Amino acid sequence: MRRIISVLLENEAGALSRVAGLFSARGYNIESLTVAPTDDPSLSRMTIVTGGTDSIIEQITKQLNKLVDVVKLIDLTEGQHIERELMLVKVVAAGSEQREEVKRLVDIFRGRIIDVTESTYTLEMTGNGDKVDAFVQALSQVEIIEVVRSGVSGIGRGKRALSA
Amino acid sequence: MQLTGADIVVRCLQDEGIEFLFGYPGGAALHIYDALYKQDQVKHILVRHEQGATHAADGYARATGKPGVVLVTSGPGVTNTITGIATAYMDSIPMVVLTAQVPSHLIGDDAFQEVDTVGITRPCVKHNFLVNDVDDLAETMKKAFYIASSGRPGPVVVDIPKDITANLTDYNYPESVDMRSYQPRTRGHSKQVKRGVDLLLSARKPIIYTGGGAVIGNAEDAVQKLVNMLSYPSTSTLMGLGAIPASNKNFLGMLGMHGTYESNMAMHDCDVMIAVGARFDDRVTGELAKFSPSARIVQIDIDPSSIGKNVPVEVPIVGDCQEVLEQMIELLEPRVDEIDRAAVNQWWEQIGRWKSLDSLAYKTNEEKIVPQVVVERLGEITKGDAYVCSDVGQHQMWAAQYYAFEKPRRWINSGGLGTMGFGLPSAMGVQLAYPDATVICITGDASIQMCIQELSCCLQYGLPIKVINLNNQYMGMVRQWQEFFYDRRYSHSYMDALPDFVKLAESYGHIGMRVEKPAELDATLEEAFALKDRLVFVDVITDPTVNVYPMIAAGKGHHEMHLAPGQEEVKERELA
Ligand SMILES: Cc1cc2nc3c(=O)[nH]c(=O)nc-3n(C[C@H](O)[C@H](O)[C@H](O)COP(=O)(O)OP(=O)(O)OC[C@H]3O[C@@H](n4cnc5c(N)ncnc54)[C@H](O)[C@@H]3O)c2cc1C
Ligand SMILES: Cc1ncc(C[n+]2csc(CCOP(=O)(O)OP(=O)(O)O)c2C)c(N)n1
Ligand SMILES: [Mg+2]
Repeated sequence: MRRIISVLLENEAGALSRVAGLFSARGYNIESLTVAPTDDPSLSRMTIVTGGTDSIIEQITKQLNKLVDVVKLIDLTEGQHIERELMLVKVVAAGSEQREEVKRLVDIFRGRIIDVTESTYTLEMTGNGDKVDAFVQALSQVEIIEVVRSGVSGIGRGKRALSA
Repeated sequence: MQLTGADIVVRCLQDEGIEFLFGYPGGAALHIYDALYKQDQVKHILVRHEQGATHAADGYARATGKPGVVLVTSGPGVTNTITGIATAYMDSIPMVVLTAQVPSHLIGDDAFQEVDTVGITRPCVKHNFLVNDVDDLAETMKKAFYIASSGRPGPVVVDIPKDITANLTDYNYPESVDMRSYQPRTRGHSKQVKRGVDLLLSARKPIIYTGGGAVIGNAEDAVQKLVNMLSYPSTSTLMGLGAIPASNKNFLGMLGMHGTYESNMAMHDCDVMIAVGARFDDRVTGELAKFSPSARIVQIDIDPSSIGKNVPVEVPIVGDCQEVLEQMIELLEPRVDEIDRAAVNQWWEQIGRWKSLDSLAYKTNEEKIVPQVVVERLGEITKGDAYVCSDVGQHQMWAAQYYAFEKPRRWINSGGLGTMGFGLPSAMGVQLAYPDATVICITGDASIQMCIQELSCCLQYGLPIKVINLNNQYMGMVRQWQEFFYDRRYSHSYMDALPDFVKLAESYGHIGMRVEKPAELDATLEEAFALKDRLVFVDVITDPTVNVYPMIAAGKGHHEMHLAPGQEEVKERELA
């Protein structure tokens, strides 16, 4: 099953490689991993999207907790949560017909056109993983030049929070 | 007065109460070596290879419970320590490894003798640090010792660039450190403890299964109290030997691949199992699908990730096993009458039938020395009170099976990584810690050659280790597997061109002895052990065809042990 694990860790050189190393050494799968400092600059917050049987997920969370740099973590998928991913897509948008079609799709998905040249549009889209996937699918008629995805960030709903 | 980073390193070691530093110098470490030269509180032990330094520190740590400390130079000095660091990591041994690094401004430049020490050691350390600022040095050292020796112990590497060891700052060694991200828990959750107690009391066919955690956690008194109070059958992993004395009437011997028949059968048939600091390793469980089909399991471990990792557990208890066992004993004491003694007695009768097979029996021989006899004789000569350090192979298993350990921390061996070359240097660490104790290194003709250079270190520091080389002229353990599972195709397991070990020992300045005839064994061993202040290397030429029994082959369960030739028939007859 797909899981989203949110991790607070010391914002120190090497902390990221400890997490990445753990996943590769133990053969756990990583769908995506994002990390950046939080409002407290001594802490980073990481969101890991992974999958596996319940016992693998249990080991993943225990092994992550065991890392000396990890302060706390939660499995967001155990409760109500929100996930978001940012995608940037550059597409060919040459004739007016093509430009119209792209614009229409962007509106349907509530994305934005953030850069325009004579022959290209650069699009921005935010949503959960499914929505972002669906948007790429919808662009199948358009010639895609490049796709950049941020990977998933997640947060608990309501009062559910992860803090040090 | 401000101190240099190098002086601070040494002051930290002094303030931490470190007796020995096992090391080997080199360019990036020279400031620290200079600081060492100016004092005599921390004794530096010059090994002959950095692997030897790590095993020596490891042996010191296993015997004393205190962290072992290593100092090496950058680059090749570091890469030579990897085997020893991984060995300590697999067996949860507290160790601090100080590695010198090229100057900060050269890091990342492929500088002379540069390796990414933090990167290369990461998968086999509990934690590691790169010191970026001399102001962080003392606190980092304190953290390293704290992390290495608390919770589930393990090796910690502190990588120190050369410029940092020259920089000046005020010295201030913290009394303690508090880390928000590292807070090991020692006390068991009271509700879980109570559930564990209830389950233990309900047992009809119980087994107490102890492991390395019982030794690491100094839980021998609590474990023995539990075993004696309940009178439940008990077994131990290779790593836990000695926490329950071999002579305890409730002790069934080691379990697992080369454990006793009764231990493994009891594990298989039990209804309630309590695991104390044991991690259900694959050498212990045999085929997981066949593991202990009706057991309801209580597991005590300080590391949550050890609990339920391989085998589902009904009552997980996270905590230090000594503390948790004391919690349990307090609840159990007033309730022991609840035990169904009739059922447990019946269980003991069943175990007695398994035990009557005498699965460790072996045949002797007038022509050739059989290795089991040697280990038994060592046990008698040293009254079971020596420190026994071992290498890896058949001799290791025989040492575990036949020495009969009565105390914890006496059996020093590499279980998790199975590192050949561990025996001799680890014995150095033990002998330094306990100069008056009898320290034996039981080794094999192949293993001993992997760190043989340390014979030189033994001479320098006058370490009177007794090296017992069970010389079967084979990588016996490999040969045994090839005999059983590869149709006797002995591919590259014959030790051709062995050195003359007696002359070798002599050339290193020690005493060498050789014994080939069973009739001469006792006299030789007695002579060797009488030489109290000399290292004696006894080359014991043994029967090369002897195998380790009993054995659980790959894919088999505890109830499917191979017994020694001849015993299978007895089993059919007796247990039919
Ligand atoms: C050739 C060869 C053959 C082998 N054959 C066998 C065999 O037949 N039988 C056998 O048993 N082994 C055998 N081994 C060893 C095996 O590979 C493992 O090393 C061993 O079984 C692990 O022992 P353990 O479960 O006690 O765990 P250890 O590795 O000793 O781990 C200790 C456990 O205790 C926990 N712990 C540590 N401190 C505490 C504390 N204070 N409180 C609570 N918990 C704590 C740790 O978290 C860990 O889970 C063999 C090895 C070799 C090289
Ligand atoms: C460093 C290392 N390399 C290889 C092995 C695999 N191995 C395990 S036992 C063994 C043979 C050991 O031979 P010896 O030391 O003579 O002991 P014996 O089994 O003959 O008693 C080998 C090669 C290992 N455990 N460690
Ligand atoms: Mg051999």
